[in-house]
Amino acid sequence: MIARRGPIAGLTIAAAVTLGLGAVAMGAGASRGGDGAREVRIVIHHSRFELPSVDVAPGESVRFVLENADPIDHEFIVGDAQVQLAHERGTEAHHAPRPGEITVPAGTTRATTVTFGPSTGTTLFGCHLPGHYAYGMVGTIEID
Amino acid sequence: MSGKRHRLRRSAIVALSTAVLVAGPVGAARACGGLVTPNGTINLVRTTTLAAYHRGIEHYVTSFEFAGEGQEIGSIIPLPGVPTKVVKGGDWTLQRLVIETQPPAPESALFAAAADGAAEVLLETEIDSLDITVLKGGALAVGTWARDHGYFLPPDAPEVLEFYAERSPIFLAARFNAGRAAEQGVQRGEGTPIHVVIPTPDPWVPLRILALGRQPSEIVQADVFLLTDVAPAILPRAIEPNGDEDQRGLIVRTSEQASDSLMSDLRSDARMGWLPEQDMWLTQVQINERADLLSHDLAIDASGFGHPDPVAAGLARPMRTASADTVPWIAVGGTTIVAVLAALAALAALVGLALIAWRRRGAERPA
Repeated sequence: MIARRGPIAGLTIAAAVTLGLGAVAMGAGASRGGDGAREVRIVIHHSRFELPSVDVAPGESVRFVLENADPIDHEFIVGDAQVQLAHERGTEAHHAPRPGEITVPAGTTRATTVTFGPSTGTTLFGCHLPGHYAYGMVGTIEID
Repeated sequence: MSGKRHRLRRSAIVALSTAVLVAGPVGAARACGGLVTPNGTINLVRTTTLAAYHRGIEHYVTSFEFAGEGQEIGSIIPLPGVPTKVVKGGDWTLQRLVIETQPPAPESALFAAAADGAAEVLLETEIDSLDITVLKGGALAVGTWARDHGYFLPPDAPEVLEFYAERSPIFLAARFNAGRAAEQGVQRGEGTPIHVVIPTPDPWVPLRILALGRQPSEIVQADVFLLTDVAPAILPRAIEPNGDEDQRGLIVRTSEQASDSLMSDLRSDARMGWLPEQDMWLTQVQINERADLLSHDLAIDASGFGHPDPVAAGLARPMRTASADTVPWIAVGGTTIVAVLAALAALAALVGLALIAWRRRGAERPA
């Protein structure tokens, strides 16, 4: 004879599934924002992007949320190698909030929403404060 | 008995005394601390350091070299403990120690001289044209203080500051006051020695800070001089010279009884009366290592027991609770929340399965 599962067991399993799904969603560093843009959270710690690669779909809008856990400023610049080079040679100490170009002051969280084009390919994100890009503050965005 | 207490007693029994000097050759950029500037350019100028350890007190003497007006050079040095005083150092002690081990060299090769909130300022003082601040705080707090006070920190600074703050949240920041330097007629290249007195059971010499702001393949060169009652044990262990002038690593260049003339000269220098009267052992360790491989400090055990502390060397992490500004909830945010949620999910699943099994056993039990 097989015993029926009681309401307590059922609730427990449901809670486990909900919590587990929540954990998986947060582990991916992504959620859906109120404006419909997918939210991708990237922590900056020890002058490194803790999420070094992001996958997006062609035409997708992504809201990047940058959490700077360091005591020094960083930036988040989205663009191909030419864009990165231009910023590496640029003279802007701080970036006004533009889509895909933001300064993230020390210990703060900033967000920028980027809508990607219809083409597939790979682009980059990086920080161009002195020495930061060479130190490894660069990541890739796969559009496919 | 705790390890620290044990080490204190051991130090008292053996009447330990240790002196350490970090010096750089003429023409090369050397520093004992991470040098940072407000204009974004990382400059390393020659800085010489002497630390002495005797009966649980570390005497730390550092000479800062004035780089000239208009070049605001600051230095941040991690310390093994809270200093009880910061005063002017001996006039020529550092130079005399260097000369002792380099007498035949031609002139061109001679050596010269807390919480997640704000960092706590423990001590502020002026020594000649130097402004000295002793800070207590975690990496985030000290880094924030440095940034707020016009220091430019290179990208590796957050990690390096955390490396030190985990062991000792005490840092000394020093920078020349350009106005006072001009008033006092300080010349470019002129050194100002300071003497820091630090009670600590675990002396160490900061080496990793020498690599701050350097490229990974850049070679960090320095000389560490030890004066101890007996031949010291150090960690990492230094290697014997192989005859190659470009030999990499930590190399023992001198290990011998300090000469009477050296000790007599050192004791006769201004403000150097704290040096013990007894004979001492002189050791010179040369550092010639890639910046990315210099990921440790130099721990010293001059007690004769031969057990330098791996934590003091930065080769092992201290056994302690996380400091407030490295609390995982704050430092890594979502990652920790994910771990907690996953653990709760696993626990809930286990409870559910246990309930099912218990119900099943109850149903199968004969009435």
